[in-house]
Amino acid sequence: MRIDFQTSPETYRHWKIDIDGEVASLVMDVDEKGGLFEGYELKLNSYDLGVDIELNDAIQRLRFEHPEVKAVIMRSGNDRTFCAGANIRMLAGATHAHKVNFCKFTNETRNSIEDASEHSGQKYICLVRGTAAGGGYELALATDHIILSDDSSSSVALPEVPLLAVLPGTGGLTRVTDKRKVRRDLADVFCTIEEGIRGKRAVDWRLVDEAVPNSKIEEVTAQRAREFAAASDRPGDGPGVSLTPLERTFGEAHVKYSTVTLEIDRATGVATVSIAGPDDGAPASADDMLAQGAAFWPLRAARELDDAILHLRANEPEVAVLVMKTQGAPDAVLAYDAFLEANADHWLGREILHYWKRVLKRVDLTSRTLVAIIEPGSCFAGTLAELAFAADRSYMLIGGFEQDNRPEAALQLNGHNFGRYPMSNGLSRLETRFLGEPESIGAAQARSGEPLDAETADELGLVTFAFDDIDWEDEVRIFLEERASFSPDGLTGMEANLRFAGPETMETKIFGRLTAWQNWIFQRPNAVGEDGALRRYGTGRKPDYNRTRV
Amino acid sequence: MHDAIHVDYDTMIPNNVGLSEDRKVLKALEKWHPGYIDWWKGLGPDGFQEALVYLRTAVSVDPKGWAKFDYVKMPEYRWGILLAPQEEERKVPFGEYKGEAAWQEVPGEHRAMLRRLIVIQGDTEPASVEQQRHLGATAPSLYDMRNLFQVNVEEGRHLWAMVYLLQKYFGRDGREESEELLQRHSGDPDKPRMLGAFNEATPDWLSFFMFTFFTDRDGKMQLESLAQSGFDPLSRTCRFMLTEEAHHMFVGETGVGRTIQRTCDAMNEAGIDDPYDINRVRDLGVIDLPTLQKKANMHYTLSLDLFGSEVSTNAANAFNAGLKGRFHESRIEDDHQLTKDTYPVVKRVNGHIEMVDTPALSALNMRLRDDYARDCEKGVGRWNKIIEKTGVDFQLKLPHTAFHRGIGEFAQSEASPDGDILSADEWAARKDDWLPSKADGDFIASLMEQVTTPGKYAGWIAPPKVGIDNKPGDFEYVKIDPS
Repeated sequence: MRIDFQTSPETYRHWKIDIDGEVASLVMDVDEKGGLFEGYELKLNSYDLGVDIELNDAIQRLRFEHPEVKAVIMRSGNDRTFCAGANIRMLAGATHAHKVNFCKFTNETRNSIEDASEHSGQKYICLVRGTAAGGGYELALATDHIILSDDSSSSVALPEVPLLAVLPGTGGLTRVTDKRKVRRDLADVFCTIEEGIRGKRAVDWRLVDEAVPNSKIEEVTAQRAREFAAASDRPGDGPGVSLTPLERTFGEAHVKYSTVTLEIDRATGVATVSIAGPDDGAPASADDMLAQGAAFWPLRAARELDDAILHLRANEPEVAVLVMKTQGAPDAVLAYDAFLEANADHWLGREILHYWKRVLKRVDLTSRTLVAIIEPGSCFAGTLAELAFAADRSYMLIGGFEQDNRPEAALQLNGHNFGRYPMSNGLSRLETRFLGEPESIGAAQARSGEPLDAETADELGLVTFAFDDIDWEDEVRIFLEERASFSPDGLTGMEANLRFAGPETMETKIFGRLTAWQNWIFQRPNAVGEDGALRRYGTGRKPDYNRTRV
Repeated sequence: MHDAIHVDYDTMIPNNVGLSEDRKVLKALEKWHPGYIDWWKGLGPDGFQEALVYLRTAVSVDPKGWAKFDYVKMPEYRWGILLAPQEEERKVPFGEYKGEAAWQEVPGEHRAMLRRLIVIQGDTEPASVEQQRHLGATAPSLYDMRNLFQVNVEEGRHLWAMVYLLQKYFGRDGREESEELLQRHSGDPDKPRMLGAFNEATPDWLSFFMFTFFTDRDGKMQLESLAQSGFDPLSRTCRFMLTEEAHHMFVGETGVGRTIQRTCDAMNEAGIDDPYDINRVRDLGVIDLPTLQKKANMHYTLSLDLFGSEVSTNAANAFNAGLKGRFHESRIEDDHQLTKDTYPVVKRVNGHIEMVDTPALSALNMRLRDDYARDCEKGVGRWNKIIEKTGVDFQLKLPHTAFHRGIGEFAQSEASPDGDILSADEWAARKDDWLPSKADGDFIASLMEQVTTPGKYAGWIAPPKVGIDNKPGDFEYVKIDPS
């Protein structure tokens, strides 16, 4: 079965978006029978990847289709349960790879809530009635303001350790200590109480922002939404851009989009993603951009690349290396970049720039070897040059191939490479690259706008290797073959370590700790063994732990 | 040493647990006491706090002769802490720790689960008092009024029983939970009671009888399974509560039985053969049998919801941990661990209802519910005997477990009382044939009138066969205005 990340509100099974002027309600009402796989029921508003794909879509549409929405109320369609978190039976039955991918995607989705709040003026308020446990509370943690019903039974909880012998998988621990700044000893108590914390104590410990009686909770929530909306810089008038279905066709070994192509060679474990640059000029005005809507090249390319990466992650687990290529006119890419830069304060321009930021982060977080191949006819310029800097290595051809009349390979920088698209560590890719030689950033910046040939790019440290056509073919082939021979686990760990040099942020902590601790625990018998907590969950039998502390 | 059988009335709180030697818990309970009395006065029986009620009060936990009867003003009732006598060398009777010595203290590992079980049980006790607080105003006789108040004060005592456990064994958390038990109120939108059926209104006496028959019977099943607990103080508490609970079920069964008796007698006197000739029957000032069926349908199904989901992790955990057993656990012949057994669970499979074998540990709610259904069947059988004796051609019947459910396998679908799965439209069209409509409720309400002459009964209900404590028919069970 192919997991599809494309959906739309008409086909949602688990979420509902209600728009009321400046305020939207995002209502979680999970269809028990709507699990992505067989073998479990999504009881108590628990979720699986399918539920989160809809959530991701909803958050994205609120940003693009509803410029008028300034505050979003996240709530449950069920008064007795807010959300019980990720479905345990799903987790118990899932492969390790699926669990890891599931956690990664759900984390990216929660981060996108915080991104909407921080950068799009779309603030999230969470109304918790009933239990918000585990991933349910983590959803709430991703919002700006948590309102808990003070009905003496509603609670927030992170019961993973006592109940399941795993960790909260979507940033719960990090957001409790770093975002909500809960005192560490109280956090320790909180994370070991299966039934969680209610009412006033939840407020006192900063786990929620306020506890409100049911009779006032709707009024207070609406009031908070109005307050957040009033402080927002969203434009307040329509229309939005409809995120129309992607044009794509799936073949045995490829996916073709309008501007992106993903080709998979299963024999070698190498996939190639190619992005075609724009074949027309940038629009004349913001109104033109609005009129083009989802067809506007930067938005279209971002959506297609996003979907291709997600497809690769979920459905092509054995691809070891992702080769990134581009074709087109660098000037055209730069013209679009310049247009977006000029319209960075327009709501749509802003959304598209932030969307590219998120897509590039998704590339950074993809646990495959990333390599940029910079050949004649390519357009690694501005935004697309970020792909070369996201790669673990880049190979650039000096000169041309024989009997190839495409223009010689060139790398071209613009302002977008110097801070427009921060990585999850808060730095630009070039800042991260040149952590030990900050002067190289200046040197590169000084050459902004120039087409840089392979030797210059090499000199500036912008590519890993520059080869002429005599060495090119062999060098690239040997690299790909060597890479495919290494342990996938070793590579995943090594690459993730090397990609995120520099400071820690909440995001890097969340992903780093997810990878280091959760994915370790997900392999350990205490969680996933025959007698481990995940496998025994629901049977009534106690897990049998190996008592050795590691 | 305290006497474990007789109740110590020297302390403010009567008890057989040596409270006078347990200063810490006595202090905590004395602190809780005024809040409880405030709750009783504010949300207990409305308008009868000064009345003298002929109530039984427990004086011993000896099953033979444990209570004495006397006139009491309800706020002065001696609510106390009464545990059944401790069995020598009691063992954990089931689950993973089967055969080990029963716990006299809370095992740390199971503290949270145990507290939750006690809090849920405790939350139901005061809830029904709140639900029934206005019924005194429409009591069909002093006999019935007295029974209502007896049930109420004993539910109050059951709250004490749970609060004692919380305060004695659960430290600060237990004290906080004890407070919360007085903060949540039935039907309060801000702080509702924890379980659905305990937030429904009890608007009339037929509802009260149905509630005590069906919903208190759920309470009985829960107490029966907690009485098996390996946590000995809980087991002893519940065992004693069960002796009191029997009266509550008696009130329900005979209340409905007497209603049936009166209806059938009135039909015979008027020469009405057809029980479905509802308007003529109602003109006699009695409740027609089809409406009684509808009331039973509603109360039975709301009570089924109290058993939770058929397949339950919590129930499995509680059993395996030795905290909550099965109905009559000791009489069941198996290994009492259930790690390898299965139990048939009702499931909706492709639009049909099927029984699917499920690991027995996770199917404990289903099993307890089956035991409950059998217990209900017996009572309904006795009601049908009453009808049969009068010669009226009608039988009451319990609906299928798929009918009118808010929790479990059938929460998302509709079904007829015979268990046929229905579309939403079909359900909407037929619903009022099976469940009491507003008009049915209005009719029942129109019959409710207070009768306070000793020995007299409202027209819709027959007198009981014998009095409480063998008192004569015209005994004044409640002296409403004693001054």
